[in-house]
Amino acid sequence: MIDWINVLIQAGVTALYLFLAIVIGLLFLGIGRKVTARIHNRVGPPVYQNFIDVGKLLAKKTNIRHNWIFDFAPLFGLAGVLLTLAYLPMGGYRLLSGEGDLILLLYVMVIPALGFALGAGASSNPNAGVGVMRALTLMLSYEMPFLLVLLSIMILYNTASLDVLLSKQMHFAWAIAMLPLSALAADMALQGMMMEKPFDIPLAPHEIASGPMVEFGGKYLGMLMLYSAGSVIVETTLFVDLFLGGGVVLDPATYGILAYVVNYLVWFLLIFVVWLIALFINAVFPRFRIEQAFKFYWKWPTIIAAIGLVQAYIMSAFLGVMP
Amino acid sequence: MNENPLPSIIPEKDWKKIQRMLSKRSLWMIHFCTGCGAMEMPPTMTSRYDMERFGIIPMATPRQADLLLVTGYVAVKTLKRIVRVYEQMQDPKYVISFGSCPINGGLYWDSYNTIKRLDKYIPVDIYIAGCMPRPEAIMDGFLKLMKDIDEGRADGWLRYRKYYDKYKANQMRVFRRWDE
Repeated sequence: MIDWINVLIQAGVTALYLFLAIVIGLLFLGIGRKVTARIHNRVGPPVYQNFIDVGKLLAKKTNIRHNWIFDFAPLFGLAGVLLTLAYLPMGGYRLLSGEGDLILLLYVMVIPALGFALGAGASSNPNAGVGVMRALTLMLSYEMPFLLVLLSIMILYNTASLDVLLSKQMHFAWAIAMLPLSALAADMALQGMMMEKPFDIPLAPHEIASGPMVEFGGKYLGMLMLYSAGSVIVETTLFVDLFLGGGVVLDPATYGILAYVVNYLVWFLLIFVVWLIALFINAVFPRFRIEQAFKFYWKWPTIIAAIGLVQAYIMSAFLGVMP
Repeated sequence: MNENPLPSIIPEKDWKKIQRMLSKRSLWMIHFCTGCGAMEMPPTMTSRYDMERFGIIPMATPRQADLLLVTGYVAVKTLKRIVRVYEQMQDPKYVISFGSCPINGGLYWDSYNTIKRLDKYIPVDIYIAGCMPRPEAIMDGFLKLMKDIDEGRADGWLRYRKYYDKYKANQMRVFRRWDE
């Protein structure tokens, strides 16, 4: 017998978490514009500017016709991001979980990007094609150090489950203290994952007219803005979950609902810090070419991540697996 | 504009007002740099006169933009591109013509190859006169456009729909062929 009331409550809480994640993502994009403007010695738009933008885009009339894959692409992207968010613990809470979900997450995270790439390719605009090709090459570049980082975490903590990883980090120490080199490599990979400068090669508004987004306008672009807001949260949360304990400071088993609230606030602070670091790098750097980015990623972050892997292996062999 | 999603809850008048409020605070601009006027855009965008504080940012493609800036004289060949860019933009869309050349021909008043009045070919919402207008004048034009949008007077895109045949006839008078 299924306890329907419990299921409904859980569904409602999950919907609330996903909604809050999108809202926080839009807020972060607005804060990003403001911070970048201040670094450029400008005044900058208000922090709620991106809410106005999304509202305007969704209220615009849209008459772009290509084919049905193009129509589905923004939905595909947004749905994929929401699915990924449901798998990621935000402040310790999530709906979907399972054994080995760290590996699953790697595959789920690619779904929205691929859906978006399909839609962009279906528009048959040459700029979109170039942008998609660059995005896939960039993905190939940053996945290399990122997989090594994930491997070192899995070796040190002897788990591929995010729940176990979070509870181990809560009880002993954050992974950034155990594996600082891997954290450095992961942060470099994160910059490419978020497509911030110097790795905003796929978008590149001045070269290829914003790349994959070139044919999207009106409501499509509004959906894509929600998608990019969600993916900011996905990527920062992934780093926080892997290295900063996911913001879990109180055990929900002992403190109950208070623990969820406190963890959520700590998680918010931590992703804000990670986002700010990415922004500061973004605000002062020019753009790499795609082959420079590829060379960079397969050289420095990969070497650092490999040293981190060796360190994790030595630590787990001599000190034993983390408790 | 878009239809009212909740006609039973939001009255039609309020829905129009909400849309106008949103679109005035977030004008995404595509600037069609035909002449020397493009030179005045960088100081308007960057830290001296920073137009991003009004939510106006440059976009890369016409699909994403709401506001078309025609900065300078318009040759016949360029006009065709301008019309194409204008027709690719999504409603509601606004046009600012910039400098004295699109108003009355300006420096090119007796040229065989430029058009003298942009308003005959696409609907223009705001003219910024001057040769060239300073960034202060551009900011003033943007603020006037925002006020017009708020009061519902910037209805060039509605005019283009209503008098499409007449605009098209005017355009075809200067193009010999549409596809070259």
